[in-house]
Amino acid sequence: MSDFTFTIDGVEVPANKGQTILEAADAAGIYIPRLCWARDLAPGGHCRVCTVLVNGRPQSACTHPAGPKMVVEHDTPEIRAWRKNVVEMLFVEGNHYCMFCEKSGNCELQAMGYRLGITTPKYPYMFPQRAVDATHPDVMVDHNRCIACGRCVRASRDLDGKNVFQFVQRGHHVRVAVNAEGGLGRTNLSAADKAAQLCPVGAILVKRVGYAVPVGRRLYDVKPIGSDIEAKRAATPSGK
Amino acid sequence: MAENLEKVIQEVTARYGKDRTRMMDIVREVQARLGHVSGAAMDLIAREVKSHRVEVEGVVTFYAFYTDRPKGRHVIRVTDCVTARMRHVDEVVAAFEKELGIRVGETTPDGQITLERTSCIGLCDQGPAALIDDVPVTYISSDKVKSLVRVLRETGDAKKLVKTLGEGNNALDLVHSMVINNIRKRGDVIFAPFESGSAIRNAAAVSPAEVIRSVKTARLRGRGGAGFPAGMKGEFARNAAGDRKFLLCNADEGEPGTFKDRVILTEAPDLLFEGMAVAGYAIGATEGILYLRGEYAYLRPYLEHVLEQRRAKKLLGKGIAGKAGFDFDVRIQLGAGAYICGEESGLIRSCEGLRGSPRDRPPFPVERGYLDLPTVVNNVETLCCAARVLEKGAAWFAQIGSEQSSGTKLFSVSGDCRRPGVYELPFGLTVAEFLKEVGGDDAQAVQVGGPSGTCIDRGQFGRKLGFEDLPTGGSMIVIGPQRDILDVAAAFMEFFVEESCGWCAPCRIGNVLIRERLERIRAGKGLPEDLTYLEELCTTVKKTSRCGLGQTSPNPVATTLQNFRKAYEAKLLPARQDGRQPTFDLRAALSEAVRVQGREPVAH
Ligand SMILES: Cc1cc2nc3c(=O)[nH]c(=O)nc-3n(C[C@H](O)[C@H](O)[C@H](O)COP(=O)(O)O)c2cc1C
Ligand code: SF4
Ligand code: SF4
Ligand code: FES
Repeated sequence: MSDFTFTIDGVEVPANKGQTILEAADAAGIYIPRLCWARDLAPGGHCRVCTVLVNGRPQSACTHPAGPKMVVEHDTPEIRAWRKNVVEMLFVEGNHYCMFCEKSGNCELQAMGYRLGITTPKYPYMFPQRAVDATHPDVMVDHNRCIACGRCVRASRDLDGKNVFQFVQRGHHVRVAVNAEGGLGRTNLSAADKAAQLCPVGAILVKRVGYAVPVGRRLYDVKPIGSDIEAKRAATPSGK
Repeated sequence: MAENLEKVIQEVTARYGKDRTRMMDIVREVQARLGHVSGAAMDLIAREVKSHRVEVEGVVTFYAFYTDRPKGRHVIRVTDCVTARMRHVDEVVAAFEKELGIRVGETTPDGQITLERTSCIGLCDQGPAALIDDVPVTYISSDKVKSLVRVLRETGDAKKLVKTLGEGNNALDLVHSMVINNIRKRGDVIFAPFESGSAIRNAAAVSPAEVIRSVKTARLRGRGGAGFPAGMKGEFARNAAGDRKFLLCNADEGEPGTFKDRVILTEAPDLLFEGMAVAGYAIGATEGILYLRGEYAYLRPYLEHVLEQRRAKKLLGKGIAGKAGFDFDVRIQLGAGAYICGEESGLIRSCEGLRGSPRDRPPFPVERGYLDLPTVVNNVETLCCAARVLEKGAAWFAQIGSEQSSGTKLFSVSGDCRRPGVYELPFGLTVAEFLKEVGGDDAQAVQVGGPSGTCIDRGQFGRKLGFEDLPTGGSMIVIGPQRDILDVAAAFMEFFVEESCGWCAPCRIGNVLIRERLERIRAGKGLPEDLTYLEELCTTVKKTSRCGLGQTSPNPVATTLQNFRKAYEAKLLPARQDGRQPTFDLRAALSEAVRVQGREPVAH
């Protein structure tokens, strides 16, 4: 039994106290796009792709608690445009060359671009100068592809108990740094750590496993991102 | 050197009880002693306070006044505030560059002096100004630069740059500053005489709940910008679960064009600390923190002295006003050059020794704030008003001002007017009346509430200043007829790009994109469709950003696009007869081919 219900685009959604809008939506088979959120991690509120209107006010669905009788707007032309714009921003902020990136087909940013109908960003590319950290024997960090989602930061701190990653600098200079002078190889990160597994893009990659799955059979080759969640709704009688 | 480093870190961390929540103080002091916070220093600090090196690095690199790289013995930070730009600060910077033989961001080869730019330092009415080390230097013109540099080099002491002292408490030994107060108008609430203890006595005579009721009856609203009812906020914190609660005073004052809190801190600190004690009593807090922006560090010794005096008079400490259980004390937390720390949850993080990125709400600070305990954050002026409400009564306060905006308001006035400075005026006057008062009748525009506020044109000068119509935290920048409104917008966008904390994507990236397109238009290369592009971009950033900074940072462009569209249109490229994109330059496009082939194209 649920504690209360609220509506998303007019559909009644059950929720429990303490659940976020995004969690309740997931359970109801409504996919709210998201990039910095990951199951098992505390929400970060970085990407803002999950923005919805709660009683008319913009909020991030991944952080905002669901509440009784809340009226949530999610899949409207206006909100879709905001989300698309934010994803385009993430594309132009970094250097994303999907055609030869080993994350291609399994990348959440790329998949989100497809899902939101981005063909080419309307914003000018920033072409930042960023480094690749290959000092670790089993894991590499390509900062060119980092979208500053903070998953590695939260995973290392909260799941691995290591604090290998942390944000440094401020504003558009923000980047993820590692807990040692001299690069990732000097930290106690292991390839089995959650922090090495949860990067949504090709910024943190475990070495020697790339390109293993052929084109056509990669995660997002067949069905768009979010389909697994939406499948739940299709499987249950609508509305209830 | 290595041994010395170890010793310094040991001493400094020990002084702060090896408490990682005191990271701001630790970093500040390590830097003061060693010049910068090196990687080796970060390692040691992390070891001593049981943190992680990369967390220390995160803090050091977040704040503009901290550095992980060696700088000169002295740092000259020239303000980049729009009001300074109006006073030709660029010529001053050029003069410094010439005199020092370096560019902005560099250090003289002898390691003596570093030259930097910084955001608004709260001296907009006496600019162009700079901070030289911790010392504010006002009214700098290019011809003064030579002697400033000479004195600094000869004496090695920035304090020696202070030749004439400002009026009032600026002249006290403990302040010793050339800053002037420029109080143009005194009202009954803030700048009227105040007898220390009078508000505390009245508060102590009634219950905390009654103090809150008074503040509610006075209809006091927050002066920091958002105008949240102060009594309601206090009540939330009072009713929140838990025994340990905090009262934080927001003296970060970073909004360009705002400097009224500096004048309160200089001239009426007793009123402020009295307000803090009263508020602490009302919400059940025994601990208070004054978060003082790093730019105002020069006021710290004086403020510490006032706190000491108040402790001696039993107006602070245990058993205040002889009442058992009325315990309250204040510590001062210095900031380090980050506008975002004025946002209440960013301020709380900074007090906890973290990067000053805001938090997601809910939970609100009144439930989970400083150290995750119930916390009220109030602006300096709000707390002064609260003290006055307790001293003179709620009804007295409520009859000043207008219906939804009771009391007086301090306005920090700068820009193109004859009488810049601080004005205490009742809420509810029109912009036209205001302009008359400050000598800016011929203004083409007024930036109300700073860059995050709104830029209004002459057609709107009949509007009223107050929460019901035109709210302002106090920043009022008068923009004269001679100005290009797009220059002003550009300066503001520069500010937000610089001050975004970078936590969330739309603010971190979107503001850079807005700036890019605005610059393109200013350079005469804009297209008609760029205006709708900008509008959509501004909306996205405002609607999707995480905190108040990103939710308002597009305003300089969004509000001028609305109110001064002609200024944009005048700069756009005209449509071309040949049907090509107006920015298309055939010669430039072919130049590479011309170079490679060594011949001119056949047709063009
Ligand atoms: C980016 C940003 C900067 C802010 N800077 C200040 C500031 O310098 N001083 C201030 O009092 N409030 C500032 N605020 C507002 C605070 O978040 C908060 O609302 C205020 O301190 C509450 O005090 P009040 O209720 O007494 O106004 C800022 C808000 C934002 C979003
Ligand atoms: S490296 Fe990956 S997980 Fe870490 S912040 Fe960047 S994109 Fe996110
Ligand atoms: S809106 Fe800007 S300042 Fe606020 S959290 Fe996001 S990046 Fe930081
Ligand atoms: S998923 Fe909610 S902000 Fe990123």
